[in-house]
Amino acid sequence: MTISPPTRLAVLFSVAVAAMHGDNTLRFCIRSEPRTFHPLLVDDDASETVRYLTGGVLIRLNRKTQQLEPALASRWTVSKHSRQIDFVLRHGVRFSDGTPFGPADVVYTMQQLMNPELHSPAADSFRTSPGPVDARVTGPDTVTILFPGTITGLPLLFDQVPVMSSASPLKEGAVLGPYMVAEHKPGVSVTLTRNPYFWEHDSQARPLPRIQQIRLDIQKDRDGEALKLERGEIDFVQGIDAELFDRLRAAGNENLSFADLGPSLDSELMWFNQAKAARLPAQKRAWFSDPHFRRAVSLAIDRAQICRIVYRGHAVPARGPVSPSNKLWYNSELTTASRSLDEARKELSAAGFRIAGEQLKDRSGYSVEFSLISNSGNHAHERTLAIIQQNLQAIGIRVNVLTLDFASLIERITRSFDYEACLMSLTNVGLDPNEQMNVWLSSAGNHQWNPNQKQPATDWEARVDELMKRQASSDDPSARKKLFDEVQRIAREQQPFIYLVHPDVLTVCSKRVGHLQPALLRPQLYWNVEEQVMQ
Amino acid sequence: MTRWSSKAALLWLLLVLAISLFAKSLALQSYTTITADMPDSPPSKTHYLGTDAIARDRFSRLVYGTRITVLFAPVAALLMTSVAGLVGGISGIGSRALDATVMFICELFLSLPWMFLLIAARAVLPLNADPYVSAAVTFFLIGLLGGPGAARVVRARAREWANSDQYLFARSLGISPLRAVLVHLPPILRPVLTAQFWIALPVCIIGEANLSLIGLGVVDPLPSWGALIRECERPDIASAPWLLAPVFLLVATLLSAQILLQRNRENI
Repeated sequence: MTISPPTRLAVLFSVAVAAMHGDNTLRFCIRSEPRTFHPLLVDDDASETVRYLTGGVLIRLNRKTQQLEPALASRWTVSKHSRQIDFVLRHGVRFSDGTPFGPADVVYTMQQLMNPELHSPAADSFRTSPGPVDARVTGPDTVTILFPGTITGLPLLFDQVPVMSSASPLKEGAVLGPYMVAEHKPGVSVTLTRNPYFWEHDSQARPLPRIQQIRLDIQKDRDGEALKLERGEIDFVQGIDAELFDRLRAAGNENLSFADLGPSLDSELMWFNQAKAARLPAQKRAWFSDPHFRRAVSLAIDRAQICRIVYRGHAVPARGPVSPSNKLWYNSELTTASRSLDEARKELSAAGFRIAGEQLKDRSGYSVEFSLISNSGNHAHERTLAIIQQNLQAIGIRVNVLTLDFASLIERITRSFDYEACLMSLTNVGLDPNEQMNVWLSSAGNHQWNPNQKQPATDWEARVDELMKRQASSDDPSARKKLFDEVQRIAREQQPFIYLVHPDVLTVCSKRVGHLQPALLRPQLYWNVEEQVMQ
Repeated sequence: MTRWSSKAALLWLLLVLAISLFAKSLALQSYTTITADMPDSPPSKTHYLGTDAIARDRFSRLVYGTRITVLFAPVAALLMTSVAGLVGGISGIGSRALDATVMFICELFLSLPWMFLLIAARAVLPLNADPYVSAAVTFFLIGLLGGPGAARVVRARAREWANSDQYLFARSLGISPLRAVLVHLPPILRPVLTAQFWIALPVCIIGEANLSLIGLGVVDPLPSWGALIRECERPDIASAPWLLAPVFLLVATLLSAQILLQRNRENI
């Protein structure tokens, strides 16, 4: 990355100011090397962190209120059944190298984003229908973008699209966000420094952001990250493990504050392999595709025990695909999934299973046993496996649990389909059901129990396909809610994914950082970084 | 070495053997039972060594872990030593060309990334394999793969003997090379091989624990000393010293075996 002379001067000035005001640096860890600094090519968490801190977007989602707020666009209007969006841009905004910002930059960004040769992951959400995207300048401060088909939740998608400069010689190095990349030491850290041209000011017209520098330490190991926090070498950890959280809290470090923000949007779940390409014995294929069997397994699992033991009380039992924190889309009519061995046995006998001695046998006399795999090195998964193994023993099912290295696990569940059941986490970044399209459509790759189907294998999957497509093309929020409630009800009845728990979002912060407003949505702690101060 | 210390060492080894033989009667509960108590609780009357991260009784797991480790680790260490003895012995007393070839193969063997073989072994092994089978395969592989490293030490001792006046003298008396190798060489190599065995034992125990990362080794819920020692990898270990019990068992067992060997040597 090259830095232009005026920017270099600005950086030097910022560093000098920082030195005068003492240590005005916010420090936290990223868990891997950022793969790219190109804002449209981001596909990993570390690069996403850099993008969030450096990229300027037209519309910003307030992570706390979950409402959209104007950013580089002072206002916008959506028309033509969510096919067109018109932006009115702010005046006098400049990129980090001083280049002026205008509607041509928005058009250029959209062209870059939709360029098929760039393969931008952020573009997928905009490609719901075939055809070109028409972005054009309609006035000195106005832009219109017309899409070939309806895009539900269109304004929200612009929260993920940082605007790039069409004129700056620095190309993607010129940014509109509160910070800009100053230094990257591979394997060690990324240092961001204050963007001197950042457009936003506080209520007293003072320029933002207030913190001069951000140092992102590259730290893979979570224990190491916690140790750095205890020693005061970093200022916060977001999404910390429950065990580490409790251990740090018990240590009684007065410089740290702890927050349990409640259930996250993520789910821990298990599923049985029903893929057509799987080489499974016929009897196992029959068990796994039988909803009675899947429901029995779900009923026999003690979710409360998983919450108590694995997550030390920092999790809630899951009822279905949507976390109770997602108040807008959660189907509150679904009952709590509490353990009931009697109900489980009823489901099993309805499907012809019977208990012989301590073993469950199927109609043909086969003993019921299966292997359950997960990724090694994840303590929560290793412990959940042990609990499921013991829980299912109570209904006569023998489970062989196994943890594999991540690469082998992914190979098995996505390519060779050489597995029987798997336990994994499902990360949900956004609130909208459209975010789960890649899970619920039978043709989708993340339809993990039987991915990439040409035709829906079952009637209920065909119904879910139809419901998901209908909600995606509707612009009536209450109709969409009804359709997605139905999807949640079917998911509960069929249990293709057996949802286990929603772990809480746990954060630990140094009391040095002021104006922190922890939120449920990512990035939970630095979403309002421009307002934060170091005390 | 005092008579007292060797008696204590013998007693300790017998105790470890007894623990492994009578694990079922000694354990307070099954190693898989998740209790209603809090996870990671400190020692109490009901849990002598507290509970582990998923509220299983740590004492019971240690007792069963002793059985697994005492059953498998010495066999793996013996296999490792046997491979070393055989390969090192052949290389040491063979012709220069044979020696060079065998040592080249050994060095090549050491430089290859064996983790891939282990991952492949896991891929071949069925997912529903019995935990005991998985443990046996792991220890067998550790024993086999650890041999060539130790073979170099054995080869050096055997070559030294083959070049010595003692060997020349034996040959001049009309003793055939085969008889020299079968009768005279083993006592010469015994101290080296014994040392290699005791070095190999902890290597096997800890190696097995590390292999659990790729789904090999003694897989949970089956406990082993190696797996229990890995639970000590936490920054607040000083506030939970009872977690060090498996480390104490391992060190005490290896030390006792060393004391007995020393005593044996002194008697000779």
